[in-house]
Amino acid sequence: MVQKLDYLKETPSQTAGPYVHIGLAPGAAGFEIYDKELGWDIAGPNAKGERIRVEGIVIDGIGSPIKDVLLEAWQANADGIYAHPEHPGEVEEGFRGWGRVITDFETGEWGFDTVKPGRVMGRSGKLMAPHINLWIVARGINVGLNTRIYFDDEAEANAADPVINLIEWERRRATLIAKRGERDGQIVYRFDIKLQGQDETVFFDI
Amino acid sequence: MKQPGEFYQRDREWHPPAATPDYKTSVTRSPEYSLLSLEQSASEITGPTFGHNDIDPLDNDMIHNYAQPGESAIGERIILHGQVLDENGRPVRNTLVEAWQANAGGRYRHKKDTYLAPIDPNFGGCGRVLTDDEGYYVFRTVKPGAYPWRNWVNSWRPAHIHLSIFGTSFSQRLITQCYFEGDPLIARCPIVNTIPDQTARDQLVAALDMNATIPLDTIAYKFDIVLRGRRSTVFENRLEGN
Repeated sequence: MVQKLDYLKETPSQTAGPYVHIGLAPGAAGFEIYDKELGWDIAGPNAKGERIRVEGIVIDGIGSPIKDVLLEAWQANADGIYAHPEHPGEVEEGFRGWGRVITDFETGEWGFDTVKPGRVMGRSGKLMAPHINLWIVARGINVGLNTRIYFDDEAEANAADPVINLIEWERRRATLIAKRGERDGQIVYRFDIKLQGQDETVFFDI
Repeated sequence: MKQPGEFYQRDREWHPPAATPDYKTSVTRSPEYSLLSLEQSASEITGPTFGHNDIDPLDNDMIHNYAQPGESAIGERIILHGQVLDENGRPVRNTLVEAWQANAGGRYRHKKDTYLAPIDPNFGGCGRVLTDDEGYYVFRTVKPGAYPWRNWVNSWRPAHIHLSIFGTSFSQRLITQCYFEGDPLIARCPIVNTIPDQTARDQLVAALDMNATIPLDTIAYKFDIVLRGRRSTVFENRLEGN
């Protein structure tokens, strides 16, 4: 016999289900209840850096857009600082770095406005390329999926990124890189997410 | 070089796998390649924080937060309360807990829900609260009803409340469902049964808590929530590179 370890076990995950909007985005479910829904403004009015929009769809194993997904974004500011008490440095007033979006019920398109994040120091003293962390939940997803959005105009930083370089297959690295474009004078990055198939997005166990 | 205070790895044999064919919707929505294991950096160790400016004190009272003045939601009045802890047993303070649920008849206030049970005009079905200095949270609500859903021809969800919890880092982010002691539908539910281990499934069943009931008013259930624990070096080290 040995002594018993007294750690607790993490509460098991369950799917967010089809009605996740009621709890996390009630306006989209079709009713107003809160004075302030959370997660609509990621960067706030005072954030430095380049204003961007990121858009995409989440595609299932049949190739169809998923229309009941909720995504949450977590990112550093343009100086590479997270709005968190343990991350040294200051962020602009009103910069939270966190947002949540849902997909359009008809098309499956999602999109959010923010600023492009700066580089954040990674492990072993290697700078990571600019990225936005993403968490994806939906009906049929038993445990929320974690991935990262990188940017295709950061080729040099991406090539040196310690996380991208962990991906053994170069073909799969491309699934994490958003494509830069412009629409009506606004910078729009495209980031489609595939849950299955040959071009399945890389998801992380963090 | 010092290592940052990382969170314990998620036990993937404790959580449901991605592909669970008896829960049919998971079949085309489950990644087929392996997840890439990532050692945590600042991106995973940090996460959003919330304060009392973000929410209203009434947000955790679902009996009243969508009711007309002087009215209240119909159903069995319950208190759902508990403590948010990490795997080390430490309280997780000041963290946001969000909840959503069907009404007492099993109907969601959602434009995509077409179940024939009626909408309760005084019930919205969503609430949120910050844990206190000891990690405690409390909601007042009505017990949700069971409802049918399209999985097998005759599938019924046990009564449940959906819960979303943030913790202190993006790696602790969790959504789960809370069930109620004594419900015979729990053991038959394909979503509950995505979790392979019986002890793990039992962890999602709230206990009837007579000590927390308000006599002649509201019955109570207790549901503790455990988030990932963290190595103790957190108090000695700064995030690497800073």
